[in-house]
Amino acid sequence: MSSQEMQARFIKDRLQGRGERLLRSWEALLLAVAVIIFAINVWSSPYFLDPWNLSDATFNFTEKGLIAFALALVIISGEIDLSVAAILALSSTLMGLAMSHGAGTPELVAIGLLTGLACGAVNGFLVSGLGLPSIVVTIGTMSLFRGIAFIILGDKAFTGYPSDFAWFGQGYVFWVISFELVLFVLTAVVFAVLLHATSFGRTVYAIGNNPMAARFSGVRVERVKFILFLLTGLMSGLAAVCLTSRLGSTRPSIATGWELEAVTMVVLGGINILGGSGRIGGVVLAALIMGMVTFGFGLLNVPGIVMSIFVGLLLILVIAVPKLVTRIRQVRRKG
Amino acid sequence: MKALLKHRETQLVAVILAMVGLIALRFPSFVAPASLGNVFNDTSILIILALGQMTVILTKCVDLSTAATLALSGMVAAMLNNLYPDLPVLLLVVVAILTGVLAGAINGLLVWRLDIPPIVVTLGTMTIYRGIIFLISDGKWINAHEMTDAFKAVPRADFLGIPVLSWMALSVTAIMAVLLRRLATGRAFYAVGGNPHAAVYTGIDVGYTRFLSFVLSGALSGLAGYLWIARYAVAYVDIALGFELDVVAACVIGGISIAGGIGTVFGAVLGSLFLGTIKNALPVINISPFWQLAISGSVIILAVAFNARAERRKGRVILKKAEVVA
Repeated sequence: MSSQEMQARFIKDRLQGRGERLLRSWEALLLAVAVIIFAINVWSSPYFLDPWNLSDATFNFTEKGLIAFALALVIISGEIDLSVAAILALSSTLMGLAMSHGAGTPELVAIGLLTGLACGAVNGFLVSGLGLPSIVVTIGTMSLFRGIAFIILGDKAFTGYPSDFAWFGQGYVFWVISFELVLFVLTAVVFAVLLHATSFGRTVYAIGNNPMAARFSGVRVERVKFILFLLTGLMSGLAAVCLTSRLGSTRPSIATGWELEAVTMVVLGGINILGGSGRIGGVVLAALIMGMVTFGFGLLNVPGIVMSIFVGLLLILVIAVPKLVTRIRQVRRKG
Repeated sequence: MKALLKHRETQLVAVILAMVGLIALRFPSFVAPASLGNVFNDTSILIILALGQMTVILTKCVDLSTAATLALSGMVAAMLNNLYPDLPVLLLVVVAILTGVLAGAINGLLVWRLDIPPIVVTLGTMTIYRGIIFLISDGKWINAHEMTDAFKAVPRADFLGIPVLSWMALSVTAIMAVLLRRLATGRAFYAVGGNPHAAVYTGIDVGYTRFLSFVLSGALSGLAGYLWIARYAVAYVDIALGFELDVVAACVIGGISIAGGIGTVFGAVLGSLFLGTIKNALPVINISPFWQLAISGSVIILAVAFNARAERRKGRVILKKAEVVA
């Protein structure tokens, strides 16, 4: 507490110089880590460099990445959405329900996306319409959305999706380049432009840094937040289309724990969990890193739960290490 | 403010009584003393966890790792019991509590010393603690026949006609009530959450108080871990998976404000009993248990909306007073 106050009183010579450089070095660091992990993977498994294997590896992060891009904007605006995985589960379940009533591929995709939008609207209404804290609201909607999926499905599963529906998760655009990978890249570009090159993006940063000041400078804070939750819902719905198509089946427990991985991806990407800073490029690199690590562990037969330890550790270390480094620097400067 | 809080608790009592009454209209056996005692006994673990969580929430933090801590402590106790059947049960209970204390202290240190947001810390440790269970148990189950009878007997043991499990919940409630109302440490939890800056000026170490709340939550999760494993007589990685949501729900329903500083022990107990009653009533009124997740989700949202309204009203009153003075 007291150290924070000290920092607030410490007036910097230049407003941006330092922060800008730090951000840049964060992404440079991520890039270095990505290269190192890539090298370790190549060294430890002879199967890693095969183009089809590499193509398979991308599925470890494409769907989660889609969610992480939208979640990044929500977190930059100072809110959080823990219901993303539950939205995905509900979208997938409703798609399965529609499929069992004979819906074709276009209807399935529409239902998946619309369910995501509707769930996002619920979150957005509760957070920006009623002014409730997003952390509790989305813990609540996380149980609610997944709960509805459980009510519909119980312990059963939907299978037997139409064969042309499989293309979204299993199709390839060109050689080893999957549809999901193309979608991931396109989404990354769209979100990067939205966040870094539009006035909407600037308002997102403004809200995250100081919602009160943003309101006084004419930003419609509540509306922007509502849109961000809508976007997150939509992207979760899109991820549901991809994942359902890739797995070819739906269980209510689909994508359990993905909220943790999406948040980790965002935080690892250098986005401040308290809001106000971060870039989409970092999230892309973080997605690559997490995907490669998961895939590498998979090739080495490491069980899934051990990977989740790694994700948990990563989440904490990514925030702890920079803080420790600045603290050590401060101590040195004094001594 | 006290009148408002009382309002929430009387409301809850009324809602719970109405719920029990409605069920009793069609299923009179539900209100038999033995059945109601059973509902309380089933809710005991939730009550213990909610009281720990409550102190964390009072200080403006949240502990999502409670269920994982519970499972880890329970597994440690069960494995020790399996490997060394001669160890006294009391020692195993202490070990379970200490495991919880250690887990809570790690959470607390990360929040206190490194200023990492509690949600990030506990989201991370939640998976780490679960992973550790897998590592120490090798993913194996410890079944009823691998535990000693003395180990399994404690929660079911009868004392003055009430099972020890219920006694545990009652005594933890009593201790927490005294701690939070009468002792300086307890009042510090409220002060830190109510207004951290003011707390610093009154000489309270905000970070240390948060650390203490995490340690307390960990200790109670550890105790609950032993009780859970001994009661259900099985230990595996996924025990109490997702239970942290019920615990947070119980607190929010009980009127503990997620913004910190507001809430009572009685409220947390009532919030737990509310969820416990629903959980026990669903099979009685023949509703699939799959409804439970959606119901607790809706209740969390409703409760947080009610809490926010109550708090906002308080704000307005203060403003009006200030205007009159001016």
